[in-house]
Amino acid sequence: MGKLGRQSEAMNAAPGARGAGQLASPGGAAPRLILQGISKRYGDVIANEGVDLSVAAGEIHALLGENGAGKSTLMKIVYGVTEPDAGSIEWEGAAVTIRSPAQARRLGIGMVFQHFALFETLTVAENISLALDERVAAAQLAARIRSVSERYGLPIDPQRLVHSMSVGERQRVEIVRCLLQSPRLLIMDEPTSVLTPQAVRELFATLRRLAEEGLSILYISHKLDEIRELCDVATVLRNGRVSGTAIPRQESNASLARLMVGTELKECHLEPHEAGATQLELIALTLATEDPFGTALRDLNLRVRSGEIVGIAGVSGNGQRELQAAISGETLCSERGMVRLCGQQVGQLNPAQRRRLGFGFVPEERLGRGAVPGMDLADNCVLTGTGAGLVRHGLVQRDAARAFARATIAEFSVVCESEQARADSLSGGNLQKFIVGREIRLLPKVLLVAQPTWGVDVGSSLQIRQALIDLRQAGVAVLVISEELDELFAICDRLAVMAAGRLSVAVPSAQLAGETIGQWMTGGFEAAAAARVEHAAV
Amino acid sequence: MRLFDPSGWALRLERRPRASRIMRIVSSPLAALAMLITGFLVLGALGKDPLTAFKVFFIEPVSSLYGLGELLLKATPLMLCALGIAPGYRANVWNIGAEGQFTVGAITGGGVGLFYGAFLAHWALPAMLIAAVLGGMAWAAIPAFLRTRFRTSEIFVSLMLVYIAQLLLSYLVHGPWRDPAGQNFPQSPPFADNALVPALFAGARVNLGFVFALLLAGLSWWFGAKTAAGYRLRVGGSAPAAAAYAGISERANIWLAMMIGGGAAGLAGICEVAGPIGLLQPVISPGYGYAAIIVAFLGRLHPFGIVLASLLMSALYLGGESAQLELQLPSSVSGLFQGALLFFLLAAELFINFRLRRVRSSRTRVPAPTAA
Amino acid sequence: MNIGTWVAIAASALGAATPLIYAALGELVTERAGVLNLGVEGMMLVGAMSGFAVGVSSGSLLLAFLAAAGAGVLIALLFAVLTLSLQTNQIATGMALTLFGIGLSAFAGRSFVGLPIARVPAVHIPLLTDLPVLGPLLFHYDPLVYMSVALCALIAWLLKRTRAGLRLRAVGEAPAIAHALGEPVTRIRYLAVLFGGAMSGIAGAYLSTALTPMWVEGMSAGRGWIALALVVFGTWKPWRVLGGAYLFGAVTVLQLYAQGLGVHIPSEFLSMLPYAATIIVLVVICRDPRTILLNQPASLGRSFHPG
Repeated sequence: MGKLGRQSEAMNAAPGARGAGQLASPGGAAPRLILQGISKRYGDVIANEGVDLSVAAGEIHALLGENGAGKSTLMKIVYGVTEPDAGSIEWEGAAVTIRSPAQARRLGIGMVFQHFALFETLTVAENISLALDERVAAAQLAARIRSVSERYGLPIDPQRLVHSMSVGERQRVEIVRCLLQSPRLLIMDEPTSVLTPQAVRELFATLRRLAEEGLSILYISHKLDEIRELCDVATVLRNGRVSGTAIPRQESNASLARLMVGTELKECHLEPHEAGATQLELIALTLATEDPFGTALRDLNLRVRSGEIVGIAGVSGNGQRELQAAISGETLCSERGMVRLCGQQVGQLNPAQRRRLGFGFVPEERLGRGAVPGMDLADNCVLTGTGAGLVRHGLVQRDAARAFARATIAEFSVVCESEQARADSLSGGNLQKFIVGREIRLLPKVLLVAQPTWGVDVGSSLQIRQALIDLRQAGVAVLVISEELDELFAICDRLAVMAAGRLSVAVPSAQLAGETIGQWMTGGFEAAAAARVEHAAV
Repeated sequence: MRLFDPSGWALRLERRPRASRIMRIVSSPLAALAMLITGFLVLGALGKDPLTAFKVFFIEPVSSLYGLGELLLKATPLMLCALGIAPGYRANVWNIGAEGQFTVGAITGGGVGLFYGAFLAHWALPAMLIAAVLGGMAWAAIPAFLRTRFRTSEIFVSLMLVYIAQLLLSYLVHGPWRDPAGQNFPQSPPFADNALVPALFAGARVNLGFVFALLLAGLSWWFGAKTAAGYRLRVGGSAPAAAAYAGISERANIWLAMMIGGGAAGLAGICEVAGPIGLLQPVISPGYGYAAIIVAFLGRLHPFGIVLASLLMSALYLGGESAQLELQLPSSVSGLFQGALLFFLLAAELFINFRLRRVRSSRTRVPAPTAA
Repeated sequence: MNIGTWVAIAASALGAATPLIYAALGELVTERAGVLNLGVEGMMLVGAMSGFAVGVSSGSLLLAFLAAAGAGVLIALLFAVLTLSLQTNQIATGMALTLFGIGLSAFAGRSFVGLPIARVPAVHIPLLTDLPVLGPLLFHYDPLVYMSVALCALIAWLLKRTRAGLRLRAVGEAPAIAHALGEPVTRIRYLAVLFGGAMSGIAGAYLSTALTPMWVEGMSAGRGWIALALVVFGTWKPWRVLGGAYLFGAVTVLQLYAQGLGVHIPSEFLSMLPYAATIIVLVVICRDPRTILLNQPASLGRSFHPG
């Protein structure tokens, strides 16, 4: 039990968590998969550190954590897409080094990715045939597909073209593809993010059946309700480390959420500030999406006033991207009134028009969206600076642009060769400072910032956060969308949570506990919203 | 890409962290040099003395005033068409149909000259030029419309329209526009004096079209470097997500790019038929519209580069003709050089952004696990 | 116009269509793998010249066609190395290939201009060729005509029913996914491009040894571009391309007889029809993202970086 005992040392002593030593598999057989001390770094960023994990035969094991907690990196390591910097993997009793997905499959490890790797113009059978490592005759394959799919309640027709299938059906194809290779461990990456509730039920029935037959399942998710319903064991990751393990059925959402987000969230040290008029308003914002992997926005309501910073927390993929596009004007709303900027209905105005009304936006993607990689910093100022005198009478004022860039570089301490340096020659943090600086210096009345310090070094992060706080002092209405709760708590007056395309009410951050946020992030705010309907903090 | 090598090391093409400045400047001349060396090696291998060949190809054609004029004359349609399509290429709008827009410009401009020339007196030429530009634009409007409205690939549409334009011209000169006094040749009556693009100087055929081309080069540079519209085209081509973020209209970009291309090609068309050709006939271009695509790339899609590249391509055309006369080589040997030049250039271009590196092909091993 | 003339027209149309079929089918395979090769005209001419030269020198038509295919492969290899390994722009490289091929064929073939060559003989199938009407209409062509139909069937079968075809289609639709699944995307594209080159070479050789047995520079007269149009017209499906080729061939031939047939539309407008039809087909298939996806190889023209 020595190996397993180590795991209890790695946990936070958070109440409700259990030592993994008490989770030996039924019958006491050795676990099928044992990860020990897995660590992986990407440059300065720690993706995984000292992660221990063990999965027994027939066990449905949840891997829980926010985005950036290290779940995907860990799974890439198990599936052979990448190799760890340190640590060991033991599979069915033997130490292994997994160098490629093909080798992982040979060992008996299968993975169903979040974003399916399917060819739309090919049939189900053709897709599966391409993905299988062995050659199977067409008729035989079709028969095997049918039998496996029927057996596990995943009905699919081998001759159907993938483009005609719903997302739920496509996922079945991915699962059947894995099952055909007789895996002993199946990794599922956020499988329910694209499913209807009914499809989720069907999937769970399938997974239980598979587990009964002895298949181990590693279930990656951040949805607490589902994990409590389906999984035997949960390992929780936070900031790349294991923050605890638990038996979900014995936990509440609250205790699991606490493991996920921690209890030591930064306190907000903002000076109290009287907020002014409403500058950005979302009124029943509803937006459908054509992207099968996208999230539809449903009835969002929010008010951001001048002189305050409102934050929207939430795991990526819950509609944040769509929300950004709806506010910035990259996606137009069906009704003008759904988005109001400085009192005007802008739902059908394009980004340039919204900027003219005083809107500024720092997008998630720096290179390629916030800045043009091949252009220099001066030219990149013209991207959104047309209203600031950088374009006059249809002509680009290069000198003004250069001056603007120089001032931005100076004010925001951007490290670069000069204002004529290409955008792609800057480091991530410096480019982010530049973009934030550019938008701020364009004197917006409303500033939307998405993932302000993602991939940014500590020093630059602090500068950016301070810049946002200074903006608040100056009376700008700031909306920050971020996955980092610490950051949000540090700079936001009010916080809301986004989950599955819906937005919770925005509550003063001082009144919000980390545990509540954790629950809200998994969709639990509907009930809470009903209870808080009197609070006119919206 | 990896080029494997038995010793276990592989050569890999790896993106440079920053584009190589040296290669950027040096790639075009390098490619030209490579082409020259290869070309003359080949000729030498076939028994033609390389020095004579060089003289015949490059020196003789431009050794007279007339010859110099021819150089500029042939460069004109190349320059005009290439300047027209280059902004589009930078914006990811692939106008392949310059040849067709050239033809339609010749038709509309020529039509005005033929039927209203007398009536317009000295306004005939300006009217013809305007009609040609508008005609070329109208022809380019078809792929623009189909792309913005129906997502149809402008590559194939503009290409198909080349044939339709050429057939239209053929119909006109075989039928309704045929010169009654032309002995049944399929050609229109020759343009009257007031409907001809004037030559620049006596003793050569180079005409005002060349001046237009130079003006367009300057205008094009100014447009790309100084105007907001040019800026929008550049962003649209290199970073579509940034263009959306900035509120740049993709539609507007597509229309603008196609109109520039169509107008310039149309102008080239009228300068050719109301210039050295002097009338409308079934074949009015030896493929200038297609060669312009090569010129555009040779010139790295930049106006000044295009000016130089047009002159070089023109020199190659003339060289081919000269080689035909003096070296008994088919004139299309110029195509050989032109194609080879582009091949070398494209290959050389690669090294601006990539470099060759030797890499060990085996993966690094994870350190052995320590006992628990 | 008696039936004899009709038969002659039809036979002529089939003959005119045959080189288009080879070139278009070759380009179809190339494009299904996601590569747009605009250099078909150049490759055809290189094939025409090589086929003619070898045919005249060796007296063997078989060698002629093999040489033409080989020449097509070599020149396509140039294109492949540039676009697939060196990641150059496919459109620019294709244009360069066209010009280069035109020039190279003219240059290398200059000593063969005006030389005579024996035409590829038509087959004589006992009984069938001697049938009235049907005989000359269906059973009196040279072997290459029949082989072109067989080629179409072969390619259709290969694409639809074999693993090789499946892998090709996968690469053409989503090279990134194919690569993630372990497919050798670049190698498959190389093979597709080289196949296209071989077919264009054969198409060219057919021109110079069967259709109009002679060599003259530029003798393909734009047929390479028509073959490109055919691939689009046939929405990248072999049998449709075949049908389209016969249609184009018929129109080409018919316009010569149009006056005699009492058709008063100027022949040029008849000739425009195939191109206009191609545009219409394009608009129809591109009208929404799903039909584009289903009909056009999704990665067509875009370079693939294995990274």
